[in-house]
Amino acid sequence: MRPVYAISGGVSKFAKTRPDKNYQAVIKEAYDYAIDDLGLSFPDFTNNVDGSVAAYFSDHFSRQLMAAIMAQDYLGLCPKPSHRVEGGGATGGLCFQEAWKSIASGHMDVVVAYGFETMSHVETWKGNEFIALASDVSFDYPVGGFYSGYYAMMVTRHMKEFGTTVEQMAHVSVKNHLNAFHNPYAQKRNRYTVQDVRDATMVAWPLTRLDICVMSDGAAATVLASEEGIRKLEKAGAKIPHPLVKVTGIGRGTDAMRMSDRPHVDYDNFIQNYATQQEKDSQETMKYYKELWDHGTRYPGIHSFRAGRTAGNMAYKHAAIQDPLTELDFIELHDAYTSSEIQTYEDLGLCRYGEGGPFAASGKAFLPNIEYGLDLPDEPICPVNPSGGLIACGHPVGATGLMQAVFAIWQLQGSIHNHFEDKTLQIKDARKGAIHSHAGTGTYVTVSILEKE
Amino acid sequence: MAKIPKKQLESLGGTIVHNLPFPLDTSPEALAWLKKMAPILIEQPYSIVYLHSYAQDSPWFAGLTNKKILANRDPETGYTYATPRGHDMYTGDETDWIDITERKAAVHAFTVCHFGSESFLEETPYVLVLVEFEGVDTLLLSRLTGIDPEQANLDWIGMELKPQFLRNSKLKPTDVYFIPA
Repeated sequence: MRPVYAISGGVSKFAKTRPDKNYQAVIKEAYDYAIDDLGLSFPDFTNNVDGSVAAYFSDHFSRQLMAAIMAQDYLGLCPKPSHRVEGGGATGGLCFQEAWKSIASGHMDVVVAYGFETMSHVETWKGNEFIALASDVSFDYPVGGFYSGYYAMMVTRHMKEFGTTVEQMAHVSVKNHLNAFHNPYAQKRNRYTVQDVRDATMVAWPLTRLDICVMSDGAAATVLASEEGIRKLEKAGAKIPHPLVKVTGIGRGTDAMRMSDRPHVDYDNFIQNYATQQEKDSQETMKYYKELWDHGTRYPGIHSFRAGRTAGNMAYKHAAIQDPLTELDFIELHDAYTSSEIQTYEDLGLCRYGEGGPFAASGKAFLPNIEYGLDLPDEPICPVNPSGGLIACGHPVGATGLMQAVFAIWQLQGSIHNHFEDKTLQIKDARKGAIHSHAGTGTYVTVSILEKE
Repeated sequence: MAKIPKKQLESLGGTIVHNLPFPLDTSPEALAWLKKMAPILIEQPYSIVYLHSYAQDSPWFAGLTNKKILANRDPETGYTYATPRGHDMYTGDETDWIDITERKAAVHAFTVCHFGSESFLEETPYVLVLVEFEGVDTLLLSRLTGIDPEQANLDWIGMELKPQFLRNSKLKPTDVYFIPA
């Protein structure tokens, strides 16, 4: 497969509602930004892009079937090839990887991946219903379909199994909201305390309103290219920052839609099929897991995301990453809930299963130059969600995974200051980052690794 | 003490409008002003009734109407699904029906929903549980009643449960629910 580079991106302002523009025009905001950042005119980019991939989650929200083709024509991309991808909350991550495939395979040289969601067209509780329809409509949805409830059940099990606390979860909320304070694209830019998070309105015990991301309208776009595509764009006048940002690894995983159907495998099965190489290489970790299993832990059950671990392992292998915590300079991961960020620390091998809670409160996933007002025992090692993540930026579903890609590109290009007009969130000497996109209760998960050459 | 709301609840509905402000002429200046207009928002009702088939899972619902909880079991391996599944995910074989009504049941995980989807808002706070059954490999999502939702705590996990059945079946998975044993 050919090398693939992520060369540009754009994000619309994420907001609770964008009645000022239809979804096509909101996508165009992100799309135009990505083109402008390349230094190209709209016609010059149109003449050089080979095709596109479009992402949006719900036909219910848009009440417009085949919405993607209407975006394609609004962007002036017809008759170039395109298709829509959909995979719940992971739609944006899947879209990014589909664009990667088009280039890696040699089918195209320049591809734009764009995604959007318009969640404001229905009232919040109807929106919750639409999202909950992404659960089994025979057996899950009619019992009380509510995604926050599903994730809350997962975390009660995580808490019982591993001793994870609500205060540890609140650390994630404090971190991500405060990071977003420096991100002008974010929907919620607030300073909170652990107590604020716990005092917020209870939504699904133990998750409060500040443990949960909000619904948004918004769009994002990224441009991916081969070496030949970069030459073509530069010949047309593009000013692409060098060193380039290369996509060095992609991984995906899945799990059963019904949480109830997920397996509870024994120790040997876990070690053979799911443990990271790093975990297998550590006698101490093997002993730690043996003790967990002896104590009754089974995997993944409902406390862990097998799809996330599978996607991470695949992407790490592809990118030759042995120790993600020290080798990755940052991760933008899918924190629809504070609890799912903690679960994902474990899936991605930043810590061992069962240690996500203490990891969240350790400081290792925080930024070094922000005063969070928390007593953090450890120095930052691998900032997680330096942008503010879904909890603070918002979660316009089809755009979210692409938003992560855009922020990752900017981190690796060292251009956060240009785009945010604030350099606080720029990670010093960032060379390697991961983006992680996750669909309902861990059904589809993608992990992509981006590196500065 | 209950929190005092700072916002009025938003809702749709309202006044029917039959005309909108618009320039009295279409001079270039007047048309240029149109770009400064706030957007028009209209309501678009949409409803549909689906004829949904429970298909091969239908016996499970018929079981509930007769106060029985059925499960599916792989005929070779014995792997057992508390939530119906016509084919085993490991062997690919068609599963058989078994009766697990009398099996010991316990809370595997839970939450108290203080909010919910529109369809369930009036039922809040309600307790969702994933139920584990003795000798069964997977779980069942259900409702738990008979406990105070304001007293949620992790000790609920592991609590033994017994099933209750609606006398007047609705042919929904909520025809069965659980109470502390």
